[in-house]
Amino acid sequence: MSDALRRRAVLALPYLWLLLFFLVPFLIVLKISLSESAVGVPPYTPLVQHGEGGWSLHASLDNYRFLLGDKLYIVAYLNALKFAAVSTIFCLLLGYPMAYGIVRAPRRARGLLLLLVILPFWTSFLIRVYAWIGLLKGNGLFNNFLLALGLIHEPLPLLNNAFSVYLGIVYSYLPFMVLPLFAALERLDLTLLEAAADLGCRPWQAFLRVTLPLSLPGIAAGSLLVFIPAVGEFVIPDLLGGPDTLMIGKVLWDDFFTNRDWPIASSVAIAMLVLLLIPMGLVRRLLQGESA
Amino acid sequence: MTTANTASPYLSLQHVVKRYAPGAAAAVDGVSLDVAEGEFFALLGPSGCGKTTLLRLLAGFEQPEEGRILIDGTDMAGVPPYARPVNMMFQSYALFPHMTAAQNVGFGLRQDGVPRREIASRVAAMLDLVKLGRLAERKPHQLSGGERQRVALARALVKEPKLLLLDEPLAALDRKLREETRFELVQIQRRVGITFLMVTHDQEEAMSMASRMAVMSRGRIVQLGTPEVVYESPANRFVADFIGAVNLLTGRVAGADGSRLLIESAETGGRFAVDHAALAPGSEVTVALRPEKLRLDGAGPNRLDGCLRAIAYRGEASTYEIELATGKTLRATLSNTARGRAPHAVGETVALSWEPASGVVLTS
Repeated sequence: MSDALRRRAVLALPYLWLLLFFLVPFLIVLKISLSESAVGVPPYTPLVQHGEGGWSLHASLDNYRFLLGDKLYIVAYLNALKFAAVSTIFCLLLGYPMAYGIVRAPRRARGLLLLLVILPFWTSFLIRVYAWIGLLKGNGLFNNFLLALGLIHEPLPLLNNAFSVYLGIVYSYLPFMVLPLFAALERLDLTLLEAAADLGCRPWQAFLRVTLPLSLPGIAAGSLLVFIPAVGEFVIPDLLGGPDTLMIGKVLWDDFFTNRDWPIASSVAIAMLVLLLIPMGLVRRLLQGESA
Repeated sequence: MTTANTASPYLSLQHVVKRYAPGAAAAVDGVSLDVAEGEFFALLGPSGCGKTTLLRLLAGFEQPEEGRILIDGTDMAGVPPYARPVNMMFQSYALFPHMTAAQNVGFGLRQDGVPRREIASRVAAMLDLVKLGRLAERKPHQLSGGERQRVALARALVKEPKLLLLDEPLAALDRKLREETRFELVQIQRRVGITFLMVTHDQEEAMSMASRMAVMSRGRIVQLGTPEVVYESPANRFVADFIGAVNLLTGRVAGADGSRLLIESAETGGRFAVDHAALAPGSEVTVALRPEKLRLDGAGPNRLDGCLRAIAYRGEASTYEIELATGKTLRATLSNTARGRAPHAVGETVALSWEPASGVVLTS
């Protein structure tokens, strides 16, 4: 095998992977979203049918029209966007000082601090979210503690509301914000801050004019890593949420497994994917403008 | 040690001491120095001699443990870097990568709240001064090393500081560009009239650019003066050895003849004369002789025969390595004034000679 061929073969592997495990499933979901629900196995009508007049195509956008017509889906989608966006902002506000502190920490402490950020991953995500129920519920750890101190006389409503969903998302996704920010801030040349000071910047001005713009790629990467999975989040609103925290991921789950309406569920999945491309495209353009 | 002869020095360091850790050796150990307004001053020394620390003390990035720093009569103690009338050109240039050349140059002016229009005209004028007008909209990564160096200079100059600090300004340039830039920096300094204080480890750079220089070693200034004085009359062995090439001959004073000393040296296997004030007979001395002060024509009161061991041809001059009968090796540099073949060949016996005025007696 020649070198060029071998190189192409190496490159082909990841493409093959993406093709098999991303593009093909995507096309299957797309196909299902264009069909109609049916009783049977599989629970949807075939896209191409062989009838009296030969082969015929039965594709319709009815499912998408249904999504647009039903307020539930729009509300759930907007809700998901809101939860994801607000959580992303909280992750950024919490994660930036954390990443900054780790970068500025003495070299020996740095590894340990990073380890602490990654440590939660050693426990299953599901179990960690369950653990929050025990902490937040009416007779949970926090409420009992506050009651015992006499600070409150009735348990606080900490669970099954917007608060617990925000808490769950921020808690779960914070490491995805901290790590890219750490990477971006670590590359920052400290001489640049001295140069800014030399040219008249107080420390906070140097932060705004030098550190912040130079860490923008990290902010963008971290925000995407939090925002995108948070929009489709199902476990957290399901376990920690309540009636007023309906998110699109939960709706999708219910359509698929409770209603067994695969075509509608598939069209929800496709719509979510398409709408997520918008923020990704925006960030991409922002970053390209920055590096140009 | 001499100081500037102005009535009130523009920059004055008074017994400045800086230690990086308590109990550690002082990085700057009791430095006193006066620099006059408009001077191009160079701090010269090997790495680790404290010259960069001194620069950082002036910029305000470090605070001295002892001593005072006065700029134009104002004590800089406790004044943070952003409030000092000083700007620095960093060795790495430290250009902001997310800003264009023009934005980099205008950074300090914007920080000071200078009106937009004035910023634009001052930045343009400064970029013209460093001949970068046409590259104003480029970002640092689109500029060559030499162009980046000019942006860094323009950025430090545009605020018209009372004192401009230059940390190894030419170190990152290649040789040819470095030599061109030397003259240009001096010209720019004359044109803007700002006091320059440059740190360098390159003695040629310091000598060719500075009006006065201080040679530093282990946190102290060991000699201060014009490049000519430092080169021709080094204060001690360290300076003689660090600045330029030198032949060092050790011996003891054998006698005096007016303003001339006779030195008895085992290294030359005899006596030679050197111009110097009287010293007690028998005192141990070192005599420094610059290679270019030696001749190979045998004329003069000090004459030694030796064998030519090697010739280093450098184009404009050649350095000859001559081994004396005692085994001591001396170097002589002669300019190649005549075109054609070298006047001497390796293996030849040559007669070295020099004037008594050429030697410098060093006692430390």
